Amino acid sequence: MEKVDSGFNEHDVLHELKHYLPAQSPLKDFIHHNTLHAFQHQKFFTALRNSSKIFGYKTSLALDEFRRLYVSGRIREDVLSRVLRERMGKENVNEWKSKLLSKKYDMTTEARVGKLRSQWEVQFGMDLDVLVHPPLFRIICSYLDQGISIWNFPVLHKGFLNSIREIEKNSYASFFKSKRAKNLLRSRCKISDLLKIVVGDPALYKQYLYDQQFAHQGWSGMVSAIEDFPETLLDTKRVSLKDLIILELLLEIDALDQKFGEIWSPLGFKVEERPEDIFSEVPQSEYDTVLSLWQDAYEWSYYDDVLYAIASKPEVAPAPAVKTFQAMLCIDDRELSFRDYMEKVDPACETFGTPGFFGVEFYFQPEHGKSYTKQCPAPVFPKYLIKEIDISEDRKKDVHLTNHTHSLFKGWIMAPTLGFWSAFRLFLSIFKPSMSPATSSSFNHMDKVSKLSINFDEKNAKDKDLQIGYTVDEMATRVEGLLKSIGLVEHFAPFVYVIGHGASSANNPHYAAYNCGACSGRAGSVNARVVCNMANHAEVRAILSSKGLAIPDSTTFIGALHDTTRDEMVFYDENLLSEEKLAIHTKNVLAINQALEQNARERARRFELIDLKLSPREIHKKILTRSVSLFEPRPELNHATNALCIVGRRLLTKNLFLDRRAFANSYDYRIDADGTILTNIMKPLGPVCGGINLEYYFSRVDNEKLGAGTKLPHNVMGLFGVANGFDGDLRPGLPNQMTEVHDPVRLLIVVEHFPEIVLKTIKSADAVYEWYINEWIHLVALNPETKQLFEFRDGEFVLYQPLSKEFSRIQDVSELLTTRRDNLPVFVLD
Amino acid sequence: MSTTLLLHILILLPVFGYVVSLCIPERFEAAISSVSTYTVALHFLTFVLLFFQWISNSGLTIDLKDIVIYKTAGYEFYLDFCFDKITAMYLFVGSILTFLVSIYSRVYLHREKGYKRFFNTLLFFYIGYCITVLSGNIETLFIGWEILGICSFLLIAFYRERFLPVRNAVKVFTVYRIGDIGLIMAMWMSHHLWHQNISFMQLQNDQLVNTQLEVHSPVGVFIALMILITAAAKSAQLPFSSWLPRAMEGPTPSSAIFYGSLSVHIGVFLLLRTREFWEHQYTARVVIVLLGLATSIVASLIARVQSSVKSQIAYSSVAQIGLIFIEVGLGFETLALIHFAGNAFLRTYQLLVSPSVASYLIREQFYNFQPRELTFEDTWPKRIEHSIYIWSLREWDLDLFMARFLWNPLKSVGRKLNFLNIHTIFWFFLPSYLIGIWCLYARVDIPDQIRDYLPALFSLIGLSMVLKSFTERKNVLMSWILIIMNHFWVALAISFNEEFKIDQVFMYLSGIVLAGTVGMFALRKIKLLEESTDLGNFHGHVYEHPRIAFTFLVACLGLTGFPITPTFIGEDLIYTHIKEDQYVLAAITSLGFIIDGLSLIRLYGRIFLGPHIKTYHETPYKSS
Repeated sequence: MEKVDSGFNEHDVLHELKHYLPAQSPLKDFIHHNTLHAFQHQKFFTALRNSSKIFGYKTSLALDEFRRLYVSGRIREDVLSRVLRERMGKENVNEWKSKLLSKKYDMTTEARVGKLRSQWEVQFGMDLDVLVHPPLFRIICSYLDQGISIWNFPVLHKGFLNSIREIEKNSYASFFKSKRAKNLLRSRCKISDLLKIVVGDPALYKQYLYDQQFAHQGWSGMVSAIEDFPETLLDTKRVSLKDLIILELLLEIDALDQKFGEIWSPLGFKVEERPEDIFSEVPQSEYDTVLSLWQDAYEWSYYDDVLYAIASKPEVAPAPAVKTFQAMLCIDDRELSFRDYMEKVDPACETFGTPGFFGVEFYFQPEHGKSYTKQCPAPVFPKYLIKEIDISEDRKKDVHLTNHTHSLFKGWIMAPTLGFWSAFRLFLSIFKPSMSPATSSSFNHMDKVSKLSINFDEKNAKDKDLQIGYTVDEMATRVEGLLKSIGLVEHFAPFVYVIGHGASSANNPHYAAYNCGACSGRAGSVNARVVCNMANHAEVRAILSSKGLAIPDSTTFIGALHDTTRDEMVFYDENLLSEEKLAIHTKNVLAINQALEQNARERARRFELIDLKLSPREIHKKILTRSVSLFEPRPELNHATNALCIVGRRLLTKNLFLDRRAFANSYDYRIDADGTILTNIMKPLGPVCGGINLEYYFSRVDNEKLGAGTKLPHNVMGLFGVANGFDGDLRPGLPNQMTEVHDPVRLLIVVEHFPEIVLKTIKSADAVYEWYINEWIHLVALNPETKQLFEFRDGEFVLYQPLSKEFSRIQDVSELLTTRRDNLPVFVLD
Repeated sequence: MSTTLLLHILILLPVFGYVVSLCIPERFEAAISSVSTYTVALHFLTFVLLFFQWISNSGLTIDLKDIVIYKTAGYEFYLDFCFDKITAMYLFVGSILTFLVSIYSRVYLHREKGYKRFFNTLLFFYIGYCITVLSGNIETLFIGWEILGICSFLLIAFYRERFLPVRNAVKVFTVYRIGDIGLIMAMWMSHHLWHQNISFMQLQNDQLVNTQLEVHSPVGVFIALMILITAAAKSAQLPFSSWLPRAMEGPTPSSAIFYGSLSVHIGVFLLLRTREFWEHQYTARVVIVLLGLATSIVASLIARVQSSVKSQIAYSSVAQIGLIFIEVGLGFETLALIHFAGNAFLRTYQLLVSPSVASYLIREQFYNFQPRELTFEDTWPKRIEHSIYIWSLREWDLDLFMARFLWNPLKSVGRKLNFLNIHTIFWFFLPSYLIGIWCLYARVDIPDQIRDYLPALFSLIGLSMVLKSFTERKNVLMSWILIIMNHFWVALAISFNEEFKIDQVFMYLSGIVLAGTVGMFALRKIKLLEESTDLGNFHGHVYEHPRIAFTFLVACLGLTGFPITPTFIGEDLIYTHIKEDQYVLAAITSLGFIIDGLSLIRLYGRIFLGPHIKTYHETPYKSS
C-alpha cells in the first residue's frame, strides 16, 4: 500500500495557498493592493499569462477593445510601430501588425484550477458546491459576524472548529446529517485524514485543495486575512484557513455519505486522466504576445504625450517670492486638479503634494471610542496613540439601521408605526437628500473643536503598549522629515495649510476605499491637525532652527480636511489665531472655496447626469447632493483613470492639464544630492500608488473574477464583506461603478533626478526594486539639467526619445470641461 | 369622471406606459425612466380621484363587470373589477412605493446593463399588481397573478449571466407555481359550487354563500385550504418561507419593492379578498391563525441568527406577515391592512438603506462595543440553545424540505420515464393519440367501465410527458415537444370526459400550436447557431442571442397558458368540464399544468441564462 501523505506537506501547501488567495481585509479596513500580489515575483506579462491560465482570470482588455482603441486613435500608430519594432524586430513589423489588427484568435480562457474537483460532477453526477457552499458560508459568516445578527454564534472564544465542536457536543441538532462526519469532527482529524477519504491519492491533495478553495476565493481570502490580522475585526475572532478547509471537507463527506452511504470511492481512484499540475509551465501563445504588444502600445500612446509635454513644455514664469499661503495636500490623484485651481485663483500661493499621513504615524482613538484606528500606511505599525477629548456633538442614531425592528414583538409595534415614518423618510431621501446617520462623512471622523493629546505627558504616558502623544524631539524629527521631503525649507508664507482628505458617501459599503489610502482608509484630518500642532510648537521650531530649518514666527500651520466627494473644506484650530491673522486666513479661505468650486466643476464632466451648462455654483450643489444621496452609486470616481505619478518640483506639472490622472509627490532634488530623501519617498510609492493602480487595472479588466461586479445587488455580510444576494461568495475587489471609466494602464512614475541616483534609490531594497524590474510600474527619470528622459528598462536607464513632436495647446480648459466626458490626453496651457 | 372610466384608466394606464416603454431604444435612459415615473404618478392621481369618489359614496364597494371575453352556454369568461377598502390600501401602498422606487432607480441603475429591461419589468409587474388588486373575480385575479409570477422570475434573474440569480429565480418561480395549484383548484371548485364565474361582490351576498356552503361544507373547506396554500406560498409562510431571502438577487431597489413589500404581501391580499370563501369555515380560520403563528415564531428565530442584512430583513418581514395572517384569521381586517402598509414601507426603506448598515453599525460598534451581548436565548439550557441555534441557522431545513418533498419525487419519477423517447413518441404515442381522436370523432362505442377511466389515463400520459420533459437533460427539442403533447393529451382527456365542443378545443389548442411553433422555430435556430444546447447545464446564450431568447421566452409564456393567447381561457374552460367529484383528474391535470410551467422556465433558463459557456469575455464565478 502506498505510504500515507507522501508528497503532501500540509503546512507548505496552506502557506502557499494563502499567498494566492485574495488579500482583502474587512470593509472597514479596505486598502488598495495589487490584486495579483502573489505573482509579483514574475515579470508583469508573465504574471498576466500565468494567472490567466492557472486561475482563469481575464488579465487584459479584450482584443476587440484594443482594436477599437486603435481605430479611434487612442492607440497611436507610430507608438504601435515602435513597440513592434523594438520587441519583435524591424523586419517583422508588418507581419505582426496584421496579426494585431485582423488575425482571429481563440480568445477563450480556461482555468486549470477546478479541473480535478469538477470530476465529482462527471464521475458521480454530483454538484458538490451547490450542497456544500450554502451551509459553509452561513456557518463561517455567523461565526465571524460583527454585529448584524441579534443572536450570536453560541460559542465563540475557542477558535472556529472548536466552537463548532462545542456546540455540536451539547446539542440535539447538528450541522451534519451523516454519522461519519459527526464522528470525524469529534475525532479532531487532520486535513490529510479527510483528504484520504475524499481524494484518496496524496499526489492529488494539493490540487484538490486549490480547486476547493478557489471555488469560493472570496470567503477563503477573508478567512485567511482575518487569520493573519485578527485585530482587523473589532470583535476579534480566532479563525484559520485550516479550520475552514476541515469544515468544508467534512461537509463534503457529509454530502457524499448522504447520497451514497458510507461506501464510495475517493475521487482520486476514479479520475482516469490526471489533470496537469496547475503551476506547471504555462506556454506563451501568440495570442498572449499579441495582447502584451497591444498593452504596451496602449500605455505608451498616453505616456509618450505626457513625457514629451513634461520635458519640452515652455519654461514657467518664476513664482512670486512672497507667498500668500502654502498648502500641503495628499499625493492622491484626486488632489492635483484642486492644487491647480488654488494656484490659478491665487497665483501667489504655493502647493505641495506628499503622502497624506504627513509623516506622522499613530493610532487614533476618538472620544468614547472602544478601539483605535490606524492613521498611517497599512504596512506601518506605529507606537503612538492620539486621543480625542471634549467633543461637541453626539452621534445621531437611526433605528432603521439597527436590528431592533427584527424581533417579533418590537417589530409588531414598530411596523405599523415606524413604518409610516419610513415612508416619509424615503420620500425625503429621494426628493431632498441630506446628511443622515446613513451617510459616511469624512467630517465625522474627528470632531471639529475637540482636543487632541499630541504632547507627551509623563503622568499619562502609556495606553497598553502605545505611547500617548509625542515628545518634542520626536515631533521635530517628523516635521523636519516632512518639510525636507517636499522641499519646503525656506520662503515660508504666513500660512501653511496642511490639508488631509476624506470622502463622504451614502449607502456605500466600500466607503473606506474612498478615504485616504495613506491613512489606512480613513480621513486624514487628525494627521493634518497633529502635524500642524507640532510645527507650531515653539520648542520644535527651536530645535529645527538649530538644524538650519528656520520657520519664521509669522508662519502658522493650520490643519484642514478636504472632502473629495463634496469638494468642501473644514479648517481646524482657527480659534487659536489672532484677530489680525484670522482676517488674512478668512481671505485665503475665500480663495480656496473658489478653487473648490472650480474643482467640482472639473469633476462634474465625468458624471453623465450632471448638465454641464449649469453655472459652477449649481454644479457644485449637484456634487454636494451626490455625496448624500442613497440612490447614487457613484458619489465620486475615486482613483479611476489614475496613470501617472510625478515626483519632483511643482514646475514639472505646472501649466499642464493632466485630467486628474496623476499622483503628485513634491520633491526638490537640489536639497537631496545623494538621494537619501528620495529613497524614503520611493519606498511607499510601489505599495500605495502601484497598489491603487493595479487594483483598478485588474478590477477593470475582469470585473467579475477580480473585481466585485456591479454594486447594485450587493448584500452586506457580517459587516466585513459584500456578496451578491443571500448565498453567494464574498466579492473582493472594486465594484464596476468605481472602475468603469478607468483606462487599464500601468502606473508611470516620473522622477526628477539624475538617472544614476534614481537607480540607486530603487535598488535600496529588494521589495522596492521588484516593482520596477518586474515591470509592474514604469519608471522614467528626468534629468533636471538636460531635461532628457531616461526610461528604466531591464535594470538600467536608457534614453527615451518621445515620438510626439508637438503638444496640444489650449488656452483655457473651460471648453473641454463643458464638452468632453471621456478620458482626455495631456494639454499644455498657454 | 365616472367610476367606470377611472377604473378603466387604472387598468389601462400601466399597460399604455408599458407599451410606450417597450418602444424606447435602450440608450435613452432618461426617457425610459420618465415613462415609468410619470405612468405611476398619473396612476396615483387617478387612484386619488377614484378614492374620493368612493369615499363620497360612503365607501360602498364598487364592482364593475367588464368585458365578456368568451361566452358559451353555461359558461362566461369575463373581466370583473372591484374597489373597496382592501383595494384602496393596496393601491395606495403599491403606487407610492413604485413611484418612489422608480425615481430612485433612475439614478441608481444609471449605466447598468439592462436599464431598459429593469424599467420594463417594473412596469409589467405594476400591471400585474394593479390587475390583481383591482380584480373583481377570481379569473381576473389569476391574470394578474400570473404576471406577478413571471415578473418575479425576471427580476430575480435580472443578473442573468450569473449562476445564483438564475438558479434562485427558478427556485422562487417553482414555489410560486406550486402556490398557483391552490388557486387553480379553488377556481375549479368554485365553478362547480356556484355554477358560474362568480365575482367577489356576489360572494358578499351572505345568504347565497351560506346556503351554498351549508350544502357543500367540505367543498368550502377545500376551497379555503387551496386558497391558503396559494397565499402562504406567495407570502413566504411555512413551509415556503425559504424562498424570500433567495429572491434578493436583483438590484437593491427591486428587492426592496418586490420582496420587501409588494410581492410578498400579495398573499395577505388574496386572503382578504377571498374572505367570503373561508370566513364561515371555523376550521379554515384556525388553520390560518396557526399557520401565521408558526411562521412568525420560526421566521423570527431564523431572522435572529441571520448575519447578512438582506436575509435578516427578509425573515423579519416574513415573521411580521405571519402576524398579519393571524390578524386576518381573527377577523381584524383593518388592523391587518395598517400592519401591511407599515411593514411594506418599513422593509422597503430598510432594504434601500441596507448598504449603509456597514458604515453605520461599524461606527456604532466602534463606540459601543460590548464583547458579547446576552440575549434571552442565553437563559435557556445550553443544549436547547445550541439545538435551536443550529436549526435556525439551517432555516429549519425549509429549503431542504422543498427539495425533498417536491423536487426529488418529481425528478425521480421523471427519470424513470426513460421509455419516453423520440422513437416511442413517434411510433407509439402519436398513433395512439390518433386512435383516440378517431374514436372520439367516429363516436366509437367504448364500454363505460373503460370509458370512465380514459380521461384520467390520458391526462396521466400527458403528465408523464411533462415529467419527462422536466427531467430531460439532453434533447431540447424533445423536451419542448413533450410539453406540447401534454396539452393535446389533456384536450383529448377532457373530450372523453364531457361534451367538449370543437370550438372550445380549438380555443384551448390554438395558443398551444402557435406558441409551440414559434418556440420550435427559436430552438431550431439556436441549435443551428450553437453547438451546445443540452439541458444538463446553463448556457447563457442570451449573451449573443438576445432576440432569440426573447422570442423563446414569449413562446414559453404562450405555452404555459399565460394570458397572451386564448389558451388562458381554454385552461379555465377545461376545469368546467371536470366534474366536482373527479379529484384525481383535476389533480393530474393541474399537476401537469404546474410542471409544464416549471419545465418551460427550466428550458429557458438552461439554454439562455446563467454563465455563458463561451469564455472569450468576462465570466462570473459559479459561486456568485
